[in-house]
Amino acid sequence: MDHIRAVPDGAPSPGAPSGAAPADTTAGELATLLQRSSRGDEGAFAQVYDATSSRAYGLALRVVRNPAHAEEVVQEAYLDAWRSSTRYDPARGSALGWLLTIVHRKAVDRVRSAEAATQRDATYHRETQPVDHDQTAEAAHASLEAQRVRGAVSTLTAVQREAVELAFFGGYTHTEVATMLDVPVGTAKTRIRDGLIRLRDAMGVGS
Amino acid sequence: MNDIHQLTGAYALDAVDDIERARFEQHLAECEDCRTEVASLREAAGLLSETTLATPPPALRDSVLAGISQVRPLPPVVERTPVVQRRWFPFLVAAAVVAILGVGAAFWQPWTASQDGSLTAAERVLNAPDAHSVAVDLGKTGKATVTLSESVGKAVITTEDMAPAPEGKVFELWLQSPEGDMVPAGLMPPGEDNQMVLEGDAASATAVGLTVEPEGGSDEPTLPPVALFDFSQAT
Repeated sequence: MDHIRAVPDGAPSPGAPSGAAPADTTAGELATLLQRSSRGDEGAFAQVYDATSSRAYGLALRVVRNPAHAEEVVQEAYLDAWRSSTRYDPARGSALGWLLTIVHRKAVDRVRSAEAATQRDATYHRETQPVDHDQTAEAAHASLEAQRVRGAVSTLTAVQREAVELAFFGGYTHTEVATMLDVPVGTAKTRIRDGLIRLRDAMGVGS
Repeated sequence: MNDIHQLTGAYALDAVDDIERARFEQHLAECEDCRTEVASLREAAGLLSETTLATPPPALRDSVLAGISQVRPLPPVVERTPVVQRRWFPFLVAAAVVAILGVGAAFWQPWTASQDGSLTAAERVLNAPDAHSVAVDLGKTGKATVTLSESVGKAVITTEDMAPAPEGKVFELWLQSPEGDMVPAGLMPPGEDNQMVLEGDAASATAVGLTVEPEGGSDEPTLPPVALFDFSQAT
């Protein structure tokens, strides 16, 4: 129920249990911890994990859906993050954003490679997709940040939100999204981009 | 595909296939606006994870920490003096116009995560976040791609279906300095599909040249280049 698709009007989930994540690690602290990690400080990396793992795991789980697969994705992603921590450049973005980019890419690669064998049909998934929302509802987290994000998501038009969610959480390519929504490819591409721009501006994300 | 800028959103969400990704990364190498936009849209997309929080099983933490204890972080990218001057070597400019049959890819690889903690010099270049490539199609002679990373300070040439050099000749590689000098960077070993790390510091190189030279190589190019990989246009 904390899935954004389920709250189209942007309403937060009041009374949801607080996740285990210490959400109060600031962006600057996280960047510093990542920097210390790059020097081989495993304790610092453990703090990075603690501050980010519920986001990383929740995202992976939302995309790949299978908890065992999500764990593998998360483990691989953190291992990559540890190895490439020297390559993180704070000037390019937040440490959390950097980490989640790695997680998301791995999750998407995972669902796509898992499907290569089964050759799913996009239309079939369009019909079955909305079924299992609650799979990831384990740690609904009514933090202020989550409320802000939901508020920002609510500024998207319904078609923008649908396209962004299919791409980001569904792991579908924009071409697949176009097919699923029966719109031209250019339209899906534009909806995704415009939706993200609106989200970015509503959240006041810099640069 | 007229309006490739429109792909920033899909790219930021990994909602592209491999071919689109490669093509768009070529575009990113040339488009500062798109690089900036992609970074900001990725940042925004990451925030969506606030809405899908899920506590991982405690055992996962142990697995992650056990995993990282067995590999070290990759070496840092060493700061180099930035390239301030980008000047063509006049001889090569003229020759390149004739010699280059087709110029292709320039890649930009954001946050490339490596698969292996112990990377060869070539892999370090190819996996570097700032790696960019220039491919030259040599027609019947084959295809060659030069990838350069300023942070690693090295360049790598990868050839495909490369025809052998004429009898008694070798392919020699050159790094063009910002001053326009051509510095010998090694001889291409024989073979159709080769990969070779160029000798010398490539961090400030503005271009890489490939020439045919008498066996044993030369101290400066004696023949017009077969190909010129111009990095002043790759970023």
